[in-house]
Parts: sequence; structure tokens; C-alpha cells
Amino acid sequence: MPSNSNDVVLSTVDLYKSYHKDRVEVPVLRGINVEIERGIVSALVGRSGSGKSTLMHLMATLDRPDRGEVYFCGRRIDNAPRASRDAYRNHDVGVIFQFYHLLPELSAIENVLAPVMIASSAWSYFFNRKEARLRAEKMLDRVGLLHRAKHKPCEMSGGEMQRAAIARALMTDPTLLLADEPTGNLDTETGQSILLLLEELNREDDLTIVMITHDDAIAEQADVCYRMQDGQLDSRPALFQVA
Amino acid sequence: MYRWLLCLRYLRTRYIALASIISVTLGVATMIVVNSVMAGFSAEMHERLHGLASDILIECYASGGMPDPDMHLREINKVCGDKIAGSSVSVHVPGMLGIEFNGQLMTRHVNLVGIDPKTYDTVSHFGRYLLHPDNQKQVDFLLRENGFGPDRDGFPESGWEYRRQKAAYDRAMQAEYARRRALISPPKPTTENGSDDSDSQGPSFAPSFSAELLASDIGLSSNEFDPATEQFPGIVLGISTCTTRMREDDNSVRDHFYCRPGDDVRMMFPNASDDTKVVNQKFTVVDMYESGMSEYDSTFAFVSLDRLQDFRGMVDPAKGTRSVTTIQLKLNDEADLNEVRDELRRRFPPELYAYNIQTWRDMQGPLLAAVRLETTILNILLFLIIAVAGFGILATFFMIVVEKTRDIGTLKALGASGSGVMSIFLTYGLLLGIVGSGVGLIGGLVFIHYINQIASGIEWITGQEVFDPTVYYFTEIPTIVDGFTLSWVVAGAVLIATTASVLPALRAARMHPVRALRFE
Repeated sequence: MPSNSNDVVLSTVDLYKSYHKDRVEVPVLRGINVEIERGIVSALVGRSGSGKSTLMHLMATLDRPDRGEVYFCGRRIDNAPRASRDAYRNHDVGVIFQFYHLLPELSAIENVLAPVMIASSAWSYFFNRKEARLRAEKMLDRVGLLHRAKHKPCEMSGGEMQRAAIARALMTDPTLLLADEPTGNLDTETGQSILLLLEELNREDDLTIVMITHDDAIAEQADVCYRMQDGQLDSRPALFQVA
Repeated sequence: MYRWLLCLRYLRTRYIALASIISVTLGVATMIVVNSVMAGFSAEMHERLHGLASDILIECYASGGMPDPDMHLREINKVCGDKIAGSSVSVHVPGMLGIEFNGQLMTRHVNLVGIDPKTYDTVSHFGRYLLHPDNQKQVDFLLRENGFGPDRDGFPESGWEYRRQKAAYDRAMQAEYARRRALISPPKPTTENGSDDSDSQGPSFAPSFSAELLASDIGLSSNEFDPATEQFPGIVLGISTCTTRMREDDNSVRDHFYCRPGDDVRMMFPNASDDTKVVNQKFTVVDMYESGMSEYDSTFAFVSLDRLQDFRGMVDPAKGTRSVTTIQLKLNDEADLNEVRDELRRRFPPELYAYNIQTWRDMQGPLLAAVRLETTILNILLFLIIAVAGFGILATFFMIVVEKTRDIGTLKALGASGSGVMSIFLTYGLLLGIVGSGVGLIGGLVFIHYINQIASGIEWITGQEVFDPTVYYFTEIPTIVDGFTLSWVVAGAVLIATTASVLPALRAARMHPVRALRFE
């Protein structure tokens, strides 16, 4: 069972997940137990195919485990009804991806506004649109992208797109930020600036961050590092634990 | 909210989807145009049919007709007097029209109608289809001086003016013939003379026996008759009974008249006695009747009721009552035709009376039904076109859903529900349908507005007439835009477009977010 400590934002209990390919079962996760504490930057490191992305998807309720449980702030979410999982993704957790996943038809600020639009009906959005817009501008400003607010993703660089994605993830003021290789598609320098931004968010806003990476150098900057291998966590969970 | 924003963006950026709804647009436009033109045609036809036929027609098949029409009218008034706006009695009799043209007798079978000029216009639009403006007010079966068809180009000279000239010409010709005959050939026995003529002239175009031989003794004898000052009883001929419409070398369409107001024609029709004989009577054409319905124009000839009753012997010598064959009724606007017909049928049951009681719709039933069927089939076919367009939308939408897979994953990762994602594509389909059918609606209406110009444009390009005036009687294409039709066509098209997007939208909704995000 998860600890009931208020400090634990997200925890997984004995997670199992396998994929089926031509009737052959390919196990991806084999009993994962993780506890993410509030205000901590955690890194999930592992080779490709080690199951770290799958774990993140389960954390974000984008997928469901075969066995095991996922708790968010003490509330079980993996088997929650679809609507509450949608609300969880929309409101409680922000996700950023290696390939940014901005909507190409929308400008930067509209992309940032997307979570609010998804959460509210056309009617209520219409009445709160000024407020929402102000917050979106603030978020863009926070990631240093206000001057690009009107630009479409195709007009932005990779780093800028990732910043926009971060601004979007922060729009609904989530408790937890899940980042799937946020620097994986960027050059070292740009990647570093993204990492600095995440670090700053963690420091200033006390944002809990779980970051997936295959880069040990990046993982080393995290407060906690979980090393994954063949669907299991390495026996040395707190290799770089600082706190 | 996001669904509207995304839909509008998709609408603006996906031109392929717009291309897929062109067929919807065309389908909607075609349906609107076709329905409007069909409605225009059938309204025109209804109006003509109804204008010519009275609301209710009581026909008696007995050759002597129904005796004492006044008693009948009183009975009818008792049954449904409050619904009757006008009534007229007439005599309908089949007849043969003989027109002398270039020395030959042309014969046509016609329906000879004896009408009461005072009341006939209360039951049908008879007068308005006559050519002479004064006759249009009320026909009196007397030849007018001139002024027939003032709005027609090339209408031949008619009336008394023409009749006098013709009489003078005929007289001069006869005198000339007599003079020459006296000069060239000495008198011979008649039989020899006849054989000589036919040998020397080849096959004869002349009538095999003189029309005079057919003439009965009723009416004026031709010996004392001066065509320059006198006329036979007046007759109004349906225009197609005595004309032929042809295309000239310069591609214009003209009517050729075998006879015209002022000419004399011959009518042969049965008398009313039980021992039926043919009455052969000369009439003077006093006007022509052009309703635009070839069925009427080519079969009707109208004479005065009194004269026809006299000719046929429909007057009771003892009591002086005159028989008729037909009673025509005009009803009030709000009266139910079928109801009145049924009431009259109950009053004059077919077991006792050889009467045929019909409404004008009954009479034109097959034609009206054919037009209705045509309209229905056309609508079904055109709607199938839009349905085919629906499959185009379906295919395009599947493509768009595949193309947007990663975006769908992103939206789901941001907390969009399956139904929310589904509604994006449904709304998209709806918007496409609205845009497509809206453009089609506007296009169709513009097309209808300029339909005559477009028709002449097509004529100019193809060199072929769209509406052949030898076949159709109107110079402009009639159209009626019906709001109800417009709305169901547009609603149907929008529904088809939306329905076509259901499957792709379901696919989008069921997409697994992780697989969608990883989609390359």
C-alpha cells in the first residue's frame, strides 16, 4: 500500500504491463514501485525499451496497467472512471513530450490555452476568455516566449516549441509535471536551457517533476534518479539522492 | 470550445476536405435548380390545365345530351349551392374539321364545343387565350375587322379586311378562269373533258370530289351568299388544329396557318337524333385559341351554344327546352373539390344517370401523376448523388483522422475525452455540410435567378436550343423557389455530411492515446 504521507504526490504499487505482439506476450513493466515526493525532481533513466515511457504513460493514465495500482495524492487513479482520468490529465498533471506535440493549426498562445478550452464548455470559456488569455500570456512569459505568442508551431524552433509545450503543461497549474525526454530532440545547448527552465520551475513554484531521459548527465541533475532495466527498477533507487 | 476552434482551423487549412464537399455543393445546387424548374413547370401546367378545365365537369354521354339543364342546375344548387361560384352549360360533340387549303380539303378530328359566351368565362379561362383583344373580354362569334394577335410578329392579316380581299380575289380568279376556258377550249361533253384534264395534268392534287357535294342544306346556300359582306356562324379554332409550327432556315420558329380568322371552314358532326346523321356545316373562323397546352389547342373548336343546339337538333320542339351535354362548375376557393364531386355523384348516381362527374384533377390525373413521379424520381436520383458525395466525405475524413492521429493523442493527453474528440470531427462534418450546402444553396439560387440568361448562353455555346419553342409554349423557363424544398434539401445534405463523418469520428474517439502519440 502507498504511504499516506502528504508529501507523496504520485506512487505506483507493483505495476505490471505487457504488450501483445502476434500472441507473444512482451512484458514491459514487471512490478514497479515508485513514490514521487512533492517538490522533487525525479529522473527515470534507462535504455530504450526498458519501459520508462510506458511507466510514464501509466502515471499519466494514458494507459492502464495489467496489474498494480497508481495513486495520486492518495487517490487511486488507474481504475478511476474515464471522466475523472480525463480531468486528472487535464488539471492535475502536465505532460511534455520529446516531440512537443503542439497542435499545428493553433498558434502558440492557443496551444497554451488548449487545456483550459478542453476543460470548459464553449459558453464558460467565452465568459472567462480574458482571464484565461492573461494566464496564457503569463505562462508564455514565464517560459520566455511571449513575443512568439501569435506564431504557429511550424514557425518556431525546437526549443521554442518545447517551451510552448511547457507553458501549455503549466496552464492548469498542475501538481505534477511529467516530461518524456524533453531534451531528446534538441541540441545540447537548447536542451540545457530547457532543463534550466524546469529546474527554475521546480525551485520557484515548487513543481514536482518526473523526467524521463536516457542521458545520465541529465539524470544526474535530478534530485532522485530511478534506473530502469528490463521493466524493473534498479536495486539502487536513490543513486543521486541529494535531499 | 476547442472543438469549434479546431474545426474552424481545419476548415480553413484542409482544402482537400473542401474539395470533397464540392459534390455536396453541386448536388444541392442541382437539386434546388431541378426542383424549382420542375415546380415552375408543374405550376404552369396546373394553372393551364385548371384554367382550361372548370373545377367540376358533369358530362352526359347520351348523344341527345341531358334535357332541361336549368332543372339540373337547380338540383346542383340544392346539393352544393353555397360552394358554387359559377356555372356554365355547353355541348361537346366529336367532329371533323375540314379546311380548304390550296384546293384540298384537310381534315382534322376535333372536339366541337358549343359554349355560352356569357357564362363560359365564369368557369374557365377561355377568353384570355383568344388572339383578338376584344374577344378576350367576351367572344361574340362575329368576325372582327382586324387587329388579331397584336402582340405577335408575323401573324397573317385576318378579319373582315382579309375576307373582303380574299373574296374579291376569288371572284377575279373565277372570272379569269371562265374567260380563259371560253377562249382556249370549245365546250365538250363533261366526261371527256374530265378524263382529258387528269391525263394532261398528271396526278391530281385537287379533292376527288367537290366539297360542295358534302354540304348539307342547313345554313345559307352558297349561291346567295356573298363572302365579302356575310359570314357563316362563327367558330373559334384551337390554334394547332389549323397551323403547323416549323423551324425556318434562319432558325427562327414560325407558325404556318392553313386558315385564319376570316376564312371559312367546314365542320362535320353527328346530329342528336337517335337515327344519327352527319351535319355538314360551314363556319367562319372568327378567332383562334392558344392556351399553350397542345392537347387542348389541337383538339378544340368552339362555336356558339345556341347555333350548335340548332344544328344538332337539341331543341325540344314542344317545350322549347334546349339540351346540353356538359355542365361545368366553378367552385369557391375554399371548397373541397372531391367533396363536392362526391356529393354530386350521390345526387346523380351512375346507376340512373349516364353522367361522368369529374374534377379537373381527375381528368388530368395521369399527367399530374406522371409529373409527380418524375419529380420524385429526380429527387431520389439527385439525393443519391449527394449520398455518393457522403462517401467521398467519409473517405476524406478517414484520411484526415489518420493524418491527425498525433493531434488526437495530444488532445487526449491534455484531458480531452473520447466524446470530445469525436465531436471535433462531427462538428467538422457538420460545418463542411453547412458550408457545402450553403454554397450550393447560393449557387442554385443564383442559377435560378439567371436561368434564362444561362439557357441562352448554353444555346449560344452549343448552338442547340435548350427549350425548343416548337415543343414548349413558354418563352421563359418558369421557376418557383419553395422555401420548404430549399430547407429540406439543405437539411438533407447537412445530415448526409454529418452522418458520413460519424465513422471517422468514432475511430478518432476510440483511438488509444499512447498509440496515437507514438504514431509516425
